[in-house]
Amino acid sequence: MTEVVIVGAGPAGIAAAELLLAKGLKPTLIDEGARPGGQGYRRPADDLALDMNRLMGSEAKKYASLHRRFDALVAHIDYRPGTLVWAIDGNTLHLLREGRAETIAFDKLLIASGAMDRVAPLPGWALPGVFTLGGAQVALKDQGCLIGNRVAFLGSSPLLSLAAKQYRDMGAEIAVLADTTPLMAKAAALPALLAAPRTLFRGLWYMGALLRAGTRLLHGVAPIAIEGTNRVEALVLRDSQGCERRFACDAIALGYGLKPETQLADLAGAQFAYDADFRLFLPVIDGMGRARPGLYLAGDGARIGGADAAEASGLLAAHAILADLGQMQDVASTRNLARRVQRLRQFQRGLASAFAWPKAQIASLPDTVTLCRCENVSVGEVRAAMARELGPTEVNRVKAMTRCGMGRCQGRVCGPALQEIVAAGAGNDGAAAGRLRGQAPVKPIALAAAGDPA
Amino acid sequence: MEPSKALFRRVAVRNGAAATFSFDGTAIRATIGDSVLAALLQDGALVRRLEFGGEPRAGFCLMGACQDCWVWSAAGGRIRACTTPVSDGMVLFAEPQLPAAAHD
Repeated sequence: MTEVVIVGAGPAGIAAAELLLAKGLKPTLIDEGARPGGQGYRRPADDLALDMNRLMGSEAKKYASLHRRFDALVAHIDYRPGTLVWAIDGNTLHLLREGRAETIAFDKLLIASGAMDRVAPLPGWALPGVFTLGGAQVALKDQGCLIGNRVAFLGSSPLLSLAAKQYRDMGAEIAVLADTTPLMAKAAALPALLAAPRTLFRGLWYMGALLRAGTRLLHGVAPIAIEGTNRVEALVLRDSQGCERRFACDAIALGYGLKPETQLADLAGAQFAYDADFRLFLPVIDGMGRARPGLYLAGDGARIGGADAAEASGLLAAHAILADLGQMQDVASTRNLARRVQRLRQFQRGLASAFAWPKAQIASLPDTVTLCRCENVSVGEVRAAMARELGPTEVNRVKAMTRCGMGRCQGRVCGPALQEIVAAGAGNDGAAAGRLRGQAPVKPIALAAAGDPA
Repeated sequence: MEPSKALFRRVAVRNGAAATFSFDGTAIRATIGDSVLAALLQDGALVRRLEFGGEPRAGFCLMGACQDCWVWSAAGGRIRACTTPVSDGMVLFAEPQLPAAAHD
């Protein structure tokens, strides 16, 4: 029987597994998480008294439906939670589960590895109490905890108001919601945002709810620093009027939109191209999610699109797998799906300008700011390495010389900011700065585990 | 109001058995099901100390991507605090331990 392996049990992976099973295949669904749903639709442990209906709000029905469908599916597929894919070698995946190494061969591989927050550094961002925006939501959904009592939300993302509203509903005080993109840019992006009016409306509704509750909502801010001794005490910024303002808080959630987790796609042989709207290198895929023969990418791990696009693109990739295995697919329904995915991803392109990645703010960061949290490399160290005679002008060379991006996170956190610092230092655009290459193991594992003959 | 020394605040009850583990020699009470990180940050504001200079860190992404929340076992092994559940009797440290220390 054809071995189809899906990596990632979020909306994309679950939707794909469901269709493949219905068409007579028995896919293997591998997930690093202990429970299904991915990050956004993460399922809390049964022992946590968390009202997911309330937390998911307008998305509660979709959340419940996805988990119901997963529960109906799980007995009929080979589901492997808590399993890290750490390397890909030809048609073999190298896995690590509870400290033990094993391998699995595949004929078709669908990677739906999801996304993580993209963050811009600022002075003080390594202090305890500063977390990613996604992390702030995970703390709530996975652990039933708030990251602090008085929380500031900083960045540029529609998810800032969603998370702030969730936090407020759960009893947190919101110190400020500070967005680096000016309101004018948001207004200019409206035509593109009308591609998904429902999502747009939901975003405005969250913002309205926060305003009515008296939350301070600032647009067009320039972050100055996070202050504190041994932990966060305040966020200092310059508002759009040019006034310096200090907001006392005990935690900060940072989020500048999401970026795909593409390390596995890289190891599996996907090609990448620079996307000037997102200012990210993204894997090259066709309209169905094919990256190369036998390799399919879906969900936010391929293109940021949100849960609805993830589910539709997972289905689409499953259709592509079935078609490539010689099964006839219904042309009309795959065309409709493809249009839907296209439309939702177009909406994200609109969001990328309404909630812009603050490249100019990053390029002008002070030398003393930590850029690489893992290896403790400052912005100034990267600039100094580049300024030397015949100094590097490409991110992988900069990484080799400064260790920025060489640490335990493999550049997941500093990568996008490093790219802007290098582009600015070389006087290039983002594309010429290059792309940090993925390396196995994609996450640190014990050497003994890697050497274990499975 | 006296500011809390803990970073995290629990807002949803976890129905689980009690567990106690040690962190840098201090006993920490937790509930089975808590991640090591959530248990540590409901008690304080430190998960580890940076290898370069010893600055405090308390994790960052909370989803297993950034690896900024490694804590160390007495035997010298490392544990990713955000994705590792607590267990009763765990002995953990904010900094790597020399294997010899395990025999003290």
